[in-house]
Amino acid sequence: MSEPTSALRLDVYKTYKLFVGGKFPRSESGRVYEVTDRKTGEWLANAPQGTRKDTRDAVSAARKAFGGWSGATAYNRGQILYRAAEMLQGRREQYTAEVAVSEGLTAKKAAPLVDAAVDRLVWYAGWTDKVAQIAGNANPVAGPYFNLSTPEPTGVVGVVAPQGGHGFSLLGLVSVLAPVIATGNTAVVALAPGAPLPGLSLGEVLATSDLPGGVVNLISGRTEDIAPTLASHADVNALDLAGIVAEEGPASAKDLEVAAADTLKRVLRPEPASHDWTTAPGTDRLLTFLETKTVWHPMGM
Amino acid sequence: MALFDYAPAPESRAAAGDIASTYGHYIDGEFVESTGSEALKTVDPSTEEVLAEFAQGTEADVDRAVAAARKAFTSWSALSGAERGKYLFRIARIIQERSRELAVLESIDNGKPIKETRDVDLPLVAAHFFYYAGWADKLEFAGYGPNPRPVGVAAQVIPWNFPLLMLAWKIAPALATGNTVVLKPAETTPLTALRFAEICRQAGLPKGVVNIITGDGRTGAALTAHPDIDKVAFTGSTEVGRAIARTLAGTTKRLSLELGGKAANIVFDDAPIDQAVEGIVDGIFFNQGHVCCAGSRLLVQESIHDDVMDALKRRMSTLRVGDPLDKNTDVGAINSAAQLARIQELTAAGEAEGAERWSPSCELPSAGYWFAPTVFSNVSATHRIAREEIFGPVLSVLTFRTPEEAVAKANNTPYGLSAGIWTEKGSRILWMAGKLRAGVVWSNTFNKFDPTSPFGGYKESGYGREGGRHGLEAYLDV
Repeated sequence: MSEPTSALRLDVYKTYKLFVGGKFPRSESGRVYEVTDRKTGEWLANAPQGTRKDTRDAVSAARKAFGGWSGATAYNRGQILYRAAEMLQGRREQYTAEVAVSEGLTAKKAAPLVDAAVDRLVWYAGWTDKVAQIAGNANPVAGPYFNLSTPEPTGVVGVVAPQGGHGFSLLGLVSVLAPVIATGNTAVVALAPGAPLPGLSLGEVLATSDLPGGVVNLISGRTEDIAPTLASHADVNALDLAGIVAEEGPASAKDLEVAAADTLKRVLRPEPASHDWTTAPGTDRLLTFLETKTVWHPMGM
Repeated sequence: MALFDYAPAPESRAAAGDIASTYGHYIDGEFVESTGSEALKTVDPSTEEVLAEFAQGTEADVDRAVAAARKAFTSWSALSGAERGKYLFRIARIIQERSRELAVLESIDNGKPIKETRDVDLPLVAAHFFYYAGWADKLEFAGYGPNPRPVGVAAQVIPWNFPLLMLAWKIAPALATGNTVVLKPAETTPLTALRFAEICRQAGLPKGVVNIITGDGRTGAALTAHPDIDKVAFTGSTEVGRAIARTLAGTTKRLSLELGGKAANIVFDDAPIDQAVEGIVDGIFFNQGHVCCAGSRLLVQESIHDDVMDALKRRMSTLRVGDPLDKNTDVGAINSAAQLARIQELTAAGEAEGAERWSPSCELPSAGYWFAPTVFSNVSATHRIAREEIFGPVLSVLTFRTPEEAVAKANNTPYGLSAGIWTEKGSRILWMAGKLRAGVVWSNTFNKFDPTSPFGGYKESGYGREGGRHGLEAYLDV
């Protein structure tokens, strides 16, 4: 005799959580906020409302991870980014659904954006061991010295994920995050508050790609809590304000740049909200969060 | 007569050429009077004698200079790179021709020894113009895209420690890439910049491409806040750098900053001590220690601390402090009364906090601003003299036991401009160089500069690079 099969089976919902230090914590505040379908307004999930404290914890994790990640071989970083592309490819359906509800697109329109995100990871995976060859230099100084300039990662980079533009929710996020970590920086990302699901799920891809914990930290919540915390944090070296949309107030580019000036953070200014993230990225972002180190070696017998 | 006592060998002050009693600004190809009436004085810091009066630039003066640069930008940026380059080659040649004059003038206005202006500053100034002159028609090959464009009008504010060299670092790449500039020299050292204006005229440089405006920080603030500039390039204190970054927040203006430093000069137990001591001395007493990349924190491996200190003190005792125009002088005058006061304040703090102070006995002139070469031992990382930039001939000595400890101590600063490593072991040099968070690392040498070699800092030492291919980026719309 077989068991009677139930006509009804409930889906298992995912509890979306932050990604900090390689783990998936809830917000220390215990608070969540409702994420809704961009088109229908239907409830989708309760996302953690990351706080200033969560952000500071993420900065600590990113700082802790910096030595290992910046010291890893470029080949190794490339392998891991390629692995992330593989993992993303394998979850194509899931991300297509998340991108669709995040950006108000049909699945048919969302799927190519996920494919583009996979391809973008592959593009950056290939860059890791080439950056030094296009950004470095042997300098012919007028003296008996071997003089070499090489790019090094800036450090901990605070990233405000794109909040608009075609493909912003996953492709846009990957487009700002991948160049930061490809060159050996570590990142704390303020996810788009209205569309955090692809970003929160990206943690699951990164966690299964051999990416050391803390290299990428993903925080959902209010941009006006997270971004100013990053801008004023003394242990953050640079900011990518890609997703900043506020014209004034604590989450405006102006206020964040003023806060960043206290520790002379390198700042990349916001992208226009209409930016099309499917356009070819070029090397701008890749070369932004680098420091040029020049070493003089005497030559002699 | 002591060993190695020399008869005075002064360079002729007359070689500096005529110094006018008063100077206006250089705007749109002409020397013009300020719209304001306030004048400042520049003095010879070795005698306190007034050399000239010059204008305190007003907002109206800044407006006028920026307008001239804006107007000139249209035709200058449209000029072919080859022609722009030829103007820069002309300027480089004229600097070479007039280098003795400029060296003497610089030494008089700044207080630095003639052997430095003659053998370091001026050759580097000319070389910098030559280097960037050659880039002007090759920009599409520099790695910044197929059609790199200039940024526009650059506001440039420079310090007093290498007045003409800093001018060259600012103006040469800016002009090569098709920008026009308004440059403000420091208020204690305006003379060589004003003399450079004459060189621009001799070179036939189109009007308004280079504008020189004088004044103190108020003029600099007006210039960097001007709405019609496209870029600010600043070399100076970290505090002012922060203020400029705040001023430009929320705009589309570009900014490059070369700020303070507190460099570690690290000596391992296998280093040849005499050679290292020469590097230590060069690292901190070159240019009276008025060097942002000065090796102001000496980190000595514990086992050789006493030997290094003995050799260092012996060497310091032979440094000749005095008349900047004497060709034998090693250490000249402190640039200003204000800077001398800061050095005195910080060294007093060093003593008060328990570090051990030592200077060779040396006779200092009665007039002028002077400070004897000074070394502090028993310095701990928390002392002010180990953390704050003194910008004077004062060395703080700390010790370490292992390479890891040396790296940790060297990086324990918000600055990150430069560092030095002294060891015979090649693999250790490369390992150390990789770990040090500093923009310039000198191994078994110190304070070397070259126009082809990018210079600039990590962390709070600023951002952007000057020199080399990298130095183009700050002036290109990339």
